Amino acid sequence: MLRITRTLVDSLVDHARADHPDEACGVIAGPTGSDRPVRFIPLVNAARSPTFYEFDSADLLALYREMDDRDEEPVVIYHSHTATEAYPSRTDIAYASEPNAHYVLVSTRECGSGDGPFEFRSFRIADGEVREEPVEILEG
Amino acid sequence: MAVEVRIPTILRPYTGGEKLVTVSGDSLQAVVADLDANYPGIGERLLDDSGLRRFVNVYLNDEDVRFLSGLATTVSDGDSITILPAVAGG
Repeated sequence: MLRITRTLVDSLVDHARADHPDEACGVIAGPTGSDRPVRFIPLVNAARSPTFYEFDSADLLALYREMDDRDEEPVVIYHSHTATEAYPSRTDIAYASEPNAHYVLVSTRECGSGDGPFEFRSFRIADGEVREEPVEILEG
Repeated sequence: MAVEVRIPTILRPYTGGEKLVTVSGDSLQAVVADLDANYPGIGERLLDDSGLRRFVNVYLNDEDVRFLSGLATTVSDGDSITILPAVAGG
């Protein structure tokens, strides 16, 4: 189960809309062991692609160092799909490397850059297995 | 040459849960070989037939080794190496 505030959901979806038709990506960090997403960190998609995303290599190092210094971990790792459903692709599964993270997918295939409907789903990905989990949105 | 290597969560099962290990080697290639000698199996997670795996990032101090000399990068006493799997997908 992913518990996440509405403010964070809105920030994440806004990022996905802004970057449409390219995939948007980022992290929501939280205190280590808390399973609580707190700090929204949108990142540049170094691939700048509608079908692929990758964190920039220098951003990735800076991100992990900063989280280490603050005793945080990536509670949520998110990216958008801009033409397909919000479900992990084969490459998403192959490269998933944080078995403790919630992998959030947003699809902007209907709303594009506008205010229309979006999909927001959360998954655990470990050892090549995908498991969808419920999302509870907390007011705030 | 003693160098510290930061191990990402997903590879810590190889190091008995340790996030920071000390190995030796005067090049990245030698460091990876020593890592694999101490923590068998970890080398295969870092290398494939063509060298460093595409979706594994390795940094010498602050620099991605792809922008240095890859596996041939010279490593000096006291250097710090960080391994981070790429965060990527489709």
